[in-house]
Order: sequence, then structure tokens, then C-alpha cells
Amino acid sequence: MDLLQDVMSWVLLTAGGLFVLIGGIGALRMPNLYTRMHAASVTDTMGAALVLGGIMLQAGFSLATIKLVAILLFLLITSPTSSYALASAALIAGIRPDAGSGSDHPTGETTPTEGPE
Amino acid sequence: MTVLFGIFLLTMLVITAVAIVRTRNLFVAVMLLGIFSLLLAINFFLLDAADVALTEAAVGAGISTVLFIAALALTSERERESTSRRWLSLFVVASAALVIVYATFDKPRFGDPNAPVLQHIGPWYLQQTPEYIGIPNVVTAVLGSFRGYDTLGEVFVVFTAGIGVLFLLSARGSGSGRRRPRSDDTEIGLRDEVLLRVVGRLLVPFILLFGLYVQFHGEYGPGGGFQAGALIAAAFILYALIEGEERTLHALPQRVLNVLMVGGAMLYGAVGVTGMLMGSKFLDYSVLAADAVAGQKIGIILIEAGVGMTVCGVLLNIFHAFASRDRVQ
Repeated sequence: MDLLQDVMSWVLLTAGGLFVLIGGIGALRMPNLYTRMHAASVTDTMGAALVLGGIMLQAGFSLATIKLVAILLFLLITSPTSSYALASAALIAGIRPDAGSGSDHPTGETTPTEGPE
Repeated sequence: MTVLFGIFLLTMLVITAVAIVRTRNLFVAVMLLGIFSLLLAINFFLLDAADVALTEAAVGAGISTVLFIAALALTSERERESTSRRWLSLFVVASAALVIVYATFDKPRFGDPNAPVLQHIGPWYLQQTPEYIGIPNVVTAVLGSFRGYDTLGEVFVVFTAGIGVLFLLSARGSGSGRRRPRSDDTEIGLRDEVLLRVVGRLLVPFILLFGLYVQFHGEYGPGGGFQAGALIAAAFILYALIEGEERTLHALPQRVLNVLMVGGAMLYGAVGVTGMLMGSKFLDYSVLAADAVAGQKIGIILIEAGVGMTVCGVLLNIFHAFASRDRVQ
């Protein structure tokens, strides 16, 4: 395997792992449901995309890469949708975005949107 | 490295299992069960058991989570506090666990090349499959042909489970008294949620296609009837969740599900009997065609189709049986 390809792949994998870690810390530390979802969605989108990109470079140009692209497409469609469904269900269940159970977070910033980035 | 991953995953499994037992919120318990199945699936995959991993992920983490939630929708979300006989049950569980742990001392060590399973029967399957069956996936060869009896038994277990659930939840399909007009959510699904509908309808055909791929690719890669049946059932359950039960039953009526459920098991048995009628033993596929290897292939494709039909029919029947019930209390 090409050295450059290997290095690129590991950079992507490490960056992806970092995003997953950040998302995990955020999901634990954020004050209420919507902000926790906001943090967790980082793992679904950025983390997954980077890790899959890294694996694609490892796989080279093969059938495995096509399967990985399919997985990436699937994740890019489904994970924002499931975030939306979760937020929508929480809103219907009566959890207000600004409720902030003991939150020290400014209410203006806790929007129920899920950031894909 | 693999051992490290394995230890990590097994530790997570134990933590999840303890959390499942300890939580009083049944909804949380169902979600944890899904995580448990997913961890187990990764574990199977690390042990190179891709077929089992696929089944565990599709059935354990996917379908059974939906079935549990459908059941929870009928009852309460909180577990009732039970105070009686705690020590007795703890004693029973602890002694059973001790016996099982004691039994593992007689097992060969993990990966031991002298283990009995790696000495005679395992290598025999690996060597003889290309000659007798002629397909690359040895798991499917063992499951479908060498140990066809076991798989026949499994299919009938699934079939019996389906019949049992239908009996317990007062089987439908007689047509009378079942379709009460109801105004709650199960009838209309999530038809108001435009985004979920659009994405869900986009995904359903791809899940069905993937299910068929898993069904017919089972001879060459991980997959087969069990996994494919679960995947196809999952596609219809997704459709039921977004479009409501009525439309799903319109697309795939109860009659068809019953035919699938019974027909799959019967197809399996019929393939076995055909082998007998053509002058060989029950479930010997070699006589199904002029060439023994071709006969084996035909037999495996047919019985895998039977497995897929039964699993799909049973899972969908169980789902509908739960979803069509009124909430108790």
C-alpha cells in the first residue's frame, strides 16, 4: 500500500475517533436532552464519515469500498432522520427546549435542532 | 489485539446485563437489550462467525426491540416492584451460574488447536464441502445440508413460536371483530410526520432488496434464510410504523403471512420427503438432480427459501398480533 494513502487513512481514522470521543463527552456533560442530542449527533455524522473515509482508504479501490460508500450514504440519510424523530418525540412528550433541568446553559443557545456538522 | 477487543466487549456485555436487571424502567431495559444484542453481534463477528453476527444484529437488535416496544405500548412502562422470594431467586440463579462456570473448566481453552471440534468434524466439513456441496460458504453447507435436521428443527421451533403467539393473542384472520375502528396512532402510523415518511419510504425498497441479496447470497457469503427473513420483516415493520397497520395489511394481507409461515416450513419438509421419494434418505438433496452437487445446490436454495418464508411470516404475524391489540387497563 502506498505510504501516503496509509498516512491519510490514519489521519482520517484518528480525526473520526476524536469526533466520536467529543460526541461521547458531550452526550455525558451537556445539561438537557436537546443539547445532549446535539453533541451526540457529531458521532453519527462527522465521526462516522471520517472513520468510514479512513477505512475506504485502507480498502483501496475494491468492492469493499462500494459497500462502505453505501453504508455512508445510509448513515447520512438515517442518522439525521433519527435525530429529528427523537427531538420531535421529545417535543411531543412535553420536554421544552428551554426547560434545562438544573441547567446552567443560556436558554437561547439550546435549540432543538440537531447540527449535522 | 482481537483478544483485547473481545475482553472489552465482554466486559461491556456484563455491564449492560447488570444494567438491564437493575433498571425499573422497562423502556430503558428494552433499549439496553438492543445494545446487548449489538455488542454480542460484534463479539460473534470478532470470532469470525459472520453469519451468526448478522442474525443477532437483525433479530436481536432490530426486530425484537420493535416487538418489545410494541408489547410495552400495551402495558406500563414501569416494572412493578416485587418483594417476595428475592433471596430464593437469587439462590437459584447463583447456583445455576456456579454450575455453568464449573462446567466451563472442562472446555478446551479458547483457540486450542487440540480441541475436539477442531480435530475431526471441523476439518472434515472444511475439506469435503467443495467436493460434496460445491459452495464457498461452509456455514451454509453445514446448516443447510450436513445438519439439515437441526435447521428443520429450528424452523419448526420458529413456526411453533409464531403459532403460540397467535394463539395467546387470540389469533386474527377470522375477519370478524378484529378491525375495530380506532382513532389512535397505530392506525395512521406516522402519516403526519412528513420527514419520517419520506425517508422511511425511501429506505423500504432498499431494505427489501438487501434482504433478497442476503437470502440468495447465502451460499457465497454470510447470510441465508434466517437473516433474510428478519430483514424483509423489518422492511414491512418500518412500513407499518410510518404508514400505519392498515396499509401494511393491505400490501401484505394476513392470509399471505399465514401462507408464508406454513408454506415455508412445509417447503422444507417437502424437499426432505422428495429426497426420500427419489430413493435416498430424508433431507438428502443429492438425488434432486442428475448431478449430486447440483442437487445439493438446488436443495439448499429451496430449504433456505423455506426458512426465509417462515421466519418472515412468523415475525410479521407476531408484530401485527401485538400492534392490533388494544391497550389493557
